[in-house]
Amino acid sequence: MRKLWHFHGGLKLDGHKALSMQSPISRAPIPQRLTLPLQQHIGEPAQPVVEVGERVLTGQVIARAEGYISAPVHASSSGTVIAIEKRAIAHPSNIHDTCIVIDTDGQDEWVTSHETRQDYLQMEASELRNRIRDAGIVGLGGAGFPSFIKLNPGTQQVDTLIINGAECEPYITCDAMLMAERPREILDGLLIMRHALNARQCLIGIEDNKPDAIRALQDALTPEESQFIEVVTVPTRYPAGGEKQLIRTLTGQEVPSNGLPIHIGIVCHNVGTAVAIARAIHYSEPLISRIVTLTGQAIAQPMNVEVRIGTAMQDLLEHAGLDTAKLARLLMGGPMMGFIIENPDVPVIKTTNCLLAMARTEVAQEVPAMPCIRCGECTRVCPAKLLPQQLYWYARSREFDRVEAYHLFDCIECGCCAVVCPSHIPLVQYYRFAKSEIWAKDREKQKADIARERHEFHQLRLERKKREDEDRKRKKKEMLEKAARGNDDKQAAIRAAMERVNAKKAAQQQSAASNKDTSA
Amino acid sequence: MSAFITSPHTTPKMLSNSVTRMMLLVMLALIPGYLVYIWFFGWGLIINAVLCVSTALLAEAAMLRLRQRPLWPYLTDGSALVTALLLALALPPILPWWLAVLASLFAIILAKHLYGGLGYNPFNPAMVGYAILLIAYPKYMTAWLPARHDGLSLGFMDNLRYNLFGALPDHTSYDALTQATPLDKLHIQLGLGKTVAETQASFHQFSGLYGVGWDWVSLMLLLGGLFLIYKRVIAWQIPVAMLASLALIALIAWLVNAATYPNPLFELFGGASMLGAFFIATDPVTASTTPRGRLIYGAGIGILTYVIRTWGGYPDGVAFGVLLMNLAAPTIDQYTQPRVFGHERDKSA
Repeated sequence: MRKLWHFHGGLKLDGHKALSMQSPISRAPIPQRLTLPLQQHIGEPAQPVVEVGERVLTGQVIARAEGYISAPVHASSSGTVIAIEKRAIAHPSNIHDTCIVIDTDGQDEWVTSHETRQDYLQMEASELRNRIRDAGIVGLGGAGFPSFIKLNPGTQQVDTLIINGAECEPYITCDAMLMAERPREILDGLLIMRHALNARQCLIGIEDNKPDAIRALQDALTPEESQFIEVVTVPTRYPAGGEKQLIRTLTGQEVPSNGLPIHIGIVCHNVGTAVAIARAIHYSEPLISRIVTLTGQAIAQPMNVEVRIGTAMQDLLEHAGLDTAKLARLLMGGPMMGFIIENPDVPVIKTTNCLLAMARTEVAQEVPAMPCIRCGECTRVCPAKLLPQQLYWYARSREFDRVEAYHLFDCIECGCCAVVCPSHIPLVQYYRFAKSEIWAKDREKQKADIARERHEFHQLRLERKKREDEDRKRKKKEMLEKAARGNDDKQAAIRAAMERVNAKKAAQQQSAASNKDTSA
Repeated sequence: MSAFITSPHTTPKMLSNSVTRMMLLVMLALIPGYLVYIWFFGWGLIINAVLCVSTALLAEAAMLRLRQRPLWPYLTDGSALVTALLLALALPPILPWWLAVLASLFAIILAKHLYGGLGYNPFNPAMVGYAILLIAYPKYMTAWLPARHDGLSLGFMDNLRYNLFGALPDHTSYDALTQATPLDKLHIQLGLGKTVAETQASFHQFSGLYGVGWDWVSLMLLLGGLFLIYKRVIAWQIPVAMLASLALIALIAWLVNAATYPNPLFELFGGASMLGAFFIATDPVTASTTPRGRLIYGAGIGILTYVIRTWGGYPDGVAFGVLLMNLAAPTIDQYTQPRVFGHERDKSA
């Protein structure tokens, strides 16, 4: 047995996982309309490369990656582009963003044949990364960071590749089902990543509430693979599936604050990402679908479905039998970190792991917050080992420098503190508020810095001009003075000449007079 | 900001903890101590408790009204109730009624609401109420009833008559009825040049284990405190650090000179140590809030309690120990921040 490490805090939560694990993963029907946002990932939004009216095929690139941290978008099914415009998207702040809208033709005609299996061992690491990038693969665990970047360790030696199958959020089961049903594909993805990273060992971390997934993966391992791959059962304790927490549990190491796992020789990917990578490399299949958990008491048949990216959430919810009368709150993601979907017409994107339709009985009634009594329960459960009560105190009083001194930016917003708070203070909201205020201040400061630099440059230019002008004036004056001095000499010469002339004249007159005298 | 609901989206079960629940558990934990106290020292505690509770609740309501705060959530949070019940336990059972009322008013109005109410008071309200009375009315505040064991006991009506009207039963005088607490008595006698052994041999207070009656009350409060730790209403660090530091100093002193320094167990069970450690020092609002800070905070109270008891002029040191450490709590918190995940251990702390 591998030695496991303990991460601080965390909570034992009711899983509610059995709800959506009654039936195997099914395929959702291809919808009549696909809405594909250009930004489904962290980084720069993709740039459209199709035009309205154009026919596109399944798997065709419809928007290319822009810059390094970005990901392309592919048509999830064949059809016609009917619009490239701002549409409502799934976002905590309910915003609109540019989407490519496709009316599907139902033929699902692929852009290339993708049947033949290709051998990843023949490919260089850089080629693997390029293919993964071109396939539009981003972290499917929820963050949506372009995966190829995490497969580029640079000069860093990679010791451990971790595949995250912990899935600690209540209700969500897409990873658990994927592991139970398609363990081989996960291992294939793992082997490709291992090849790209040249990792020494590979660990697959799974919470102990998923015995089927653990068994399936262990059974799928070949004896040769089990030399370097280990399926590790970790205790079920939220947020065991947080990247930092899982790394700590499996290796005892802490990802440095402001650092990345790669800085300690570790790379961590989600099981769904592993499958997407396997399909991209073996079959040149881009990321056009994902598994989504449809669950909650307001859904008649909770299930896991493989969904084309861009499918409207409403279509899926109807597919699973949403009871709108029962629905109290619709979330994308789990109850701990998910956000409210106000408008269910928004599309499923690459990071949509769960649609949670909560009935009234599942949502706690809003209770008025009481003052903080500093009981410290939040400190006890904080996996980042922060002092949430102090952060709250300073966030509330807008002392943002103090908030930062208490390491606000190490908060992973897991929500444990808010759940245990006896005063029912929405702590995470305060932290988000403080973070956004600090970001806004930073942006303003940057703007102010730029403005100040411009102003200083302007001042400098003015001063230079003034100096140059003065220089010029001085030089001119000198010249003039010199010229004036020159004039004096001339006048002196003239005067001298005049004097000489006068003297001569006088002498002549004198001699003439004497001559007259002598002649008279 | 509150109109915009973001994660976590709590489910009803997650929301089970509340300030009210914590306060109710504290009250539950006080029951054994209360019962044993009444058994040994009579009905005075009940009279004080009724006076303190009703005054505290009225004062709480009046202050909430003045401060334009909603009455219902704050009156039902249980905090004023707990303050009153702890204050009642700290007061002598035989006490003029207006002193119990005065102490409650000081606790709720001065110590709590003038600083901003629940969560904002820097000093433990019950201890502020107690300390003001102790300084202003030392005569009343140091006179205890003898424990039942001594054969002298006051009936409910007698006790009530004295507390309300100052009327004593016919056959007795105030001085005959009251006596000092064991801690106080020992202190006085040591001051007169007696040894610990001589004192303990010659006064009723010291029969039983470590002050008759007080030992059992302390034991029950210890049980209640362990229950609170088990229920995670209080953090273990404060009581453990306080009792350990108190016992350690007492042990050293006792080993050095047993004639002038009592047995450490007497320090633990003979006075308000258990009440202080589990019910007063653990008031989260006024205590240190970091794990390491709580150890320092608790140890500080233990040390100060011993110092005040041994070399000070008051019958017990817990109240002043707590109030002094209340002063230090924000500073302690500042310098005992835990190492945050992914950070090197802070060198400056």
